[in-house]
Amino acid sequence: MVDSSMPQAEIITPAMKDLLGVESAPVTFDVEKGHVRRFAEAVGDLNPLYIDEGEASKTRYGSIIAAPTFFRSMLVEPPDIDIAKETGMENKLDGGSEWEFFESVRPGDRISATARFSDFTAREGRMGTMLYVSVDNTYRNQLGATVATQRMTRIIY
Amino acid sequence: MGQIVYWEDVREADELPVLAKNASTQQLVQWAGSSLDFYQIHYDKEFALANGLPGLIIHGALKNAWLAQLVTDWIGVEGTLRKLKVQYRGMDVPDDALLCKGTVTKKYVENDQHLVDCEIWLENSKGEKTTPGSATVLLPTRGA
Repeated sequence: MVDSSMPQAEIITPAMKDLLGVESAPVTFDVEKGHVRRFAEAVGDLNPLYIDEGEASKTRYGSIIAAPTFFRSMLVEPPDIDIAKETGMENKLDGGSEWEFFESVRPGDRISATARFSDFTAREGRMGTMLYVSVDNTYRNQLGATVATQRMTRIIY
Repeated sequence: MGQIVYWEDVREADELPVLAKNASTQQLVQWAGSSLDFYQIHYDKEFALANGLPGLIIHGALKNAWLAQLVTDWIGVEGTLRKLKVQYRGMDVPDDALLCKGTVTKKYVENDQHLVDCEIWLENSKGEKTTPGSATVLLPTRGA
């Protein structure tokens, strides 16, 4: 744990600031029917849209689609930096997510995911200084359309 | 497939149908395998205890997926989930009776789209809201 009197400017290092807004290289993922089903089963969400080809084909989607947060299985990281080393704070928690969904995703789609740091904010909390790191993920399909975005908040302390 | 929720029939302060969840440790492993989040605090009790946690805890992203299901179960296949926000304020543990709940906070028309905002949350068996959030959905209209 760092000294809580340490000014914020030193926690958020120049190297970190330099990476704000810098997009990672895209990582591509082929959406597979079996994975879409296993994801839905793990959630306990047996919506026929995610698992039943016959029922899903009768809907406006015309086929199986992936559950909204299926993108969580598409791991992508912002440009490389060791935040624990930069800040001296080694513990981390998932603080939450903020999603926007633009188009449905279905088996056969190829999703390209990128990530970038969008914000660093240091706050004084119960456990001393905590660093809130926002990471923005963008998911595009094979046609280049943005299908979803996710802003994840990581809490480093 | 299920009912249709029309925008006209929704009123502010309406409650979403409650979704009950109770994660076994097996479900946490299942989630780890399908979301590819293999952080050990979710399936290795000794590791979790050594990290100062009370024991195994549920993945935040699994709670996120449940809150998405709360909304998509309600709106059915004709509704579209547009926005979803969740904050992990408190930890949840396996084998606890959890409830996903929501209320309608606003209905409005924007760019010819008929939208509804909801406040959503997950509460534990003590009634504590561990995971608050919000959602915006696009609903069909009777006229369309």
